[in-house]
Amino acid sequence: MNPKKTNTLALLMIRIIAVIVVVILAFLIGRILIQGLPHISWKFLTTSSKAFTSGGGIGIQLFNSFYLLILTLIISFPISLGAGIFLAEYAPKNALTNVIRMAIEILSSLPSVVVGLFGFLLFVVQFKLGFSILSGAIALTFFNLPLLTRNIEDSLNSVPKLQREAGLALGLSKWHTVIKVILPEAIPGIVTGIVLCAGRIFGEAAALIYTAGQSATSVDFTKWNPFDASSPLNLFRPAETLAVHIWKINSEGIMPDAEQISAGSSAVLIIAVLIFNLSARFLGQKLYQHLTAAKQG
Amino acid sequence: MRKNFRILCLVSLMALVLVGCGSKAQQKREITVVGSTALQPMVEMAAEEYQKDNHDVSITVQGGGSGTGLSQVQAGAVSIGNSDIFADQQPGIKGKDLVDHKVCVMGLAPVTNKEAGITKLTMEQLRGIFSGKYTNWKQVGGKNLAIVLINRAQGSGTRAAFESAVMGNEKMAKAQEQESNGTVSKMVAHTPGAISYLSFSYISKDVLGIAIDGVKPTAGNVQTGEWKIWSYEHMYTYGKPNEQTKKLLGYMKSDYVQKNLVKALGYVSISEMKVKKDSNGKVVPVKEGERNGSD
Amino acid sequence: MDPIRDKILKRSKESNQDVIGKILSYAAIILILAVVVSIFAFVFAKGIATFTENHASLKDFLTGTDWNPNVKGEDGKPLVGALPMIVGSFAVTLLAALFATPFAIGTALYMTELSSSKGRAFMQSVVELLVGIPSVVYGFIGLTVVVPFVRSHFGGSGYGILSGAFVLFVMVLPTITSMTVDSLKAVPKHYKSASLALGATEWQTIWRVILRAALPGIMTAVVFGMARAFGEALAVQMVIGNASLLPTSLTNPASTLTSVLTMGIGNTVMGTVANNALWSLALVLLLMSLFFNILVRMISRKGRM
Repeated sequence: MNPKKTNTLALLMIRIIAVIVVVILAFLIGRILIQGLPHISWKFLTTSSKAFTSGGGIGIQLFNSFYLLILTLIISFPISLGAGIFLAEYAPKNALTNVIRMAIEILSSLPSVVVGLFGFLLFVVQFKLGFSILSGAIALTFFNLPLLTRNIEDSLNSVPKLQREAGLALGLSKWHTVIKVILPEAIPGIVTGIVLCAGRIFGEAAALIYTAGQSATSVDFTKWNPFDASSPLNLFRPAETLAVHIWKINSEGIMPDAEQISAGSSAVLIIAVLIFNLSARFLGQKLYQHLTAAKQG
Repeated sequence: MRKNFRILCLVSLMALVLVGCGSKAQQKREITVVGSTALQPMVEMAAEEYQKDNHDVSITVQGGGSGTGLSQVQAGAVSIGNSDIFADQQPGIKGKDLVDHKVCVMGLAPVTNKEAGITKLTMEQLRGIFSGKYTNWKQVGGKNLAIVLINRAQGSGTRAAFESAVMGNEKMAKAQEQESNGTVSKMVAHTPGAISYLSFSYISKDVLGIAIDGVKPTAGNVQTGEWKIWSYEHMYTYGKPNEQTKKLLGYMKSDYVQKNLVKALGYVSISEMKVKKDSNGKVVPVKEGERNGSD
Repeated sequence: MDPIRDKILKRSKESNQDVIGKILSYAAIILILAVVVSIFAFVFAKGIATFTENHASLKDFLTGTDWNPNVKGEDGKPLVGALPMIVGSFAVTLLAALFATPFAIGTALYMTELSSSKGRAFMQSVVELLVGIPSVVYGFIGLTVVVPFVRSHFGGSGYGILSGAFVLFVMVLPTITSMTVDSLKAVPKHYKSASLALGATEWQTIWRVILRAALPGIMTAVVFGMARAFGEALAVQMVIGNASLLPTSLTNPASTLTSVLTMGIGNTVMGTVANNALWSLALVLLLMSLFFNILVRMISRKGRM
């Protein structure tokens, strides 16, 4: 076979694979949306859930999911940013760096239930944080760190060396170059990392069952002082997220409309992930343009 | 960079402040209930109602499993540990330190997939199926279809109750295992020839409850002791409960909860039981005037 | 004093910044290491207790097939044969990675080399959406779609390693794909230009140059994907059957380390044999991923030479 034919054939294969993947995804997402969308209503999105009668909503769970996501990112982003910069810019090429990299990769392979139990024993019981949104956020941080760190490192590495040399040649410090030149250039990649992590946080259940808990205490959406016990922002209240809610009603739910609530919640979850991803990408693009003077397109 | 640094400082400061204030923010008396996922919805519901009349308490109800509930209440980390099994049946728990409060009874029924073509079995047949003696439904009067056993996870309270009531001295065959009622009922509904066991509230038209020796799985038959497979739902406290906890436990056993919530959830009210069971599985009739569940 | 001399001798603002920057990034990496070390130590201490406190034999653990930690065997040692779970975990993970890797690389190549920027953005958001579907939902789709499919096309009850691998295939696909995209993008543009300028076809460039250069990154992506497959519990648990039997075929009920761990942990009491044995499974999980990690590192180092 001549190279030209091989070329056509191989490129065709790649396209076919891409189509297959899209079909699989379309099937999954379509299925979830078709089963779930009919059950979504304004009331479903805003009312609180019911233990065993029908007609419960997911208002608090939805809020909890977003709140937990933001909290987790606030904790994990600065740490992974620092670590990512270290690995991409400062780390010497030696065995120690390899060990560090390996440790981080293995951290990501821990089953979520182990992280959940570790969090439970350490934060919930030992540090007396209780079943709380804070314990949940810290446990989720453990998951996020490896993925986010690696992602930031990769995005930094993909910025051409030339930019670093240009920065240094201008007399900027290495740190200054990284923060002001390299990092803005790497923003699109980093946003991808955040979006992927966000997806995992939205979808995670096993680690949260033992840390953030599986009950949604009623909150008062008029009180925004985080120290008020019934405030939605209170860090010490137990917070069942949407994914945990889905898990719970699927495993022990006995309300008559459990199946509908589960389908509706799954659809809401997908839509929430979609909205978060799109807005993160939009904001990332704006920030990128603002910081790098890059043209749209 | 400075901006980043400032944000970092701000976040750590906030965290510190919050941790510091955390203890002050809790003026209410807290009761934490942890354990059995089967009991969780009922306690949650009861706690919600209870807090409507008692503004000074804040009750947190969590699942986590019977083992978690018992070990946490034994460690003193929570006020009440929910369990599907007696504390002294659970390895690693010193039963005598814990005070048992039985709040209701959970009836268990064998369930099969519709295609098995079975509505009743004898106890011997049921035992034979779960020990692996029978492997096809035609051996027990059903269709020619392989039996797919779905057991519950090792150490689960439901499995312990089923094993002690059904299996006697025989060992269960190695089979598929699942943890929760919801998953088991979905698996049985979707797998031709499947058999498992579920709490009464999960029996539906997709998963058929099986009559044993001619006795139907109903709350009434559990009360009279004719239906053999059932277990208590326990709420354990470490030593004598404090004032607040005691009030809540009293509420759980009150007529209002027993007559409404317990029934609505498919459990059997503890006050209507005509028989009682000890931790070895021995069943005796309740004597006249004796109140069940209060130790 | 001469102000210029003074300025030169004193550390400049820039070098001060460098110091602060270094401190911040070192602090972050040390924090992460501390987290890793503490979790490792925790799992290690708990996992080893089965053998030191409960006197189970390591040989039984690795080669035995009887898993019933609360019961003592004939030799007076608890029955902690974990071989079925170890084999099960290995099988689903490898199979899932085997299915997913070609698809992931293909998709990633399509996104970086062939598609328009619009097509790429579309693919990317689709892949990201997949990550956000909770494992429970994957599990139920597996239960209602994959299991009946396997039952009617491959025989058996439908529960087993094959179903588990199919579900995991979809779950690890986004992880591997998006990380492969990153490493493909990190290949310098001039490699491609040079190759094309030499008269190589697009495919020759992709196969001989781009994939070669991105190999270590792709390997890491696969490791991350396998790590996710190893650690996944809720979805696999619903389709694999959870029977602690040594798998004899891909369609017989089997179990994985995580499925047994997740199901059992809520029902056991801290400090008992049953609980410690579950932590031993977690330890095995950790050691297995360590092993994989080292293996892949060695492969990718060879590939680069």
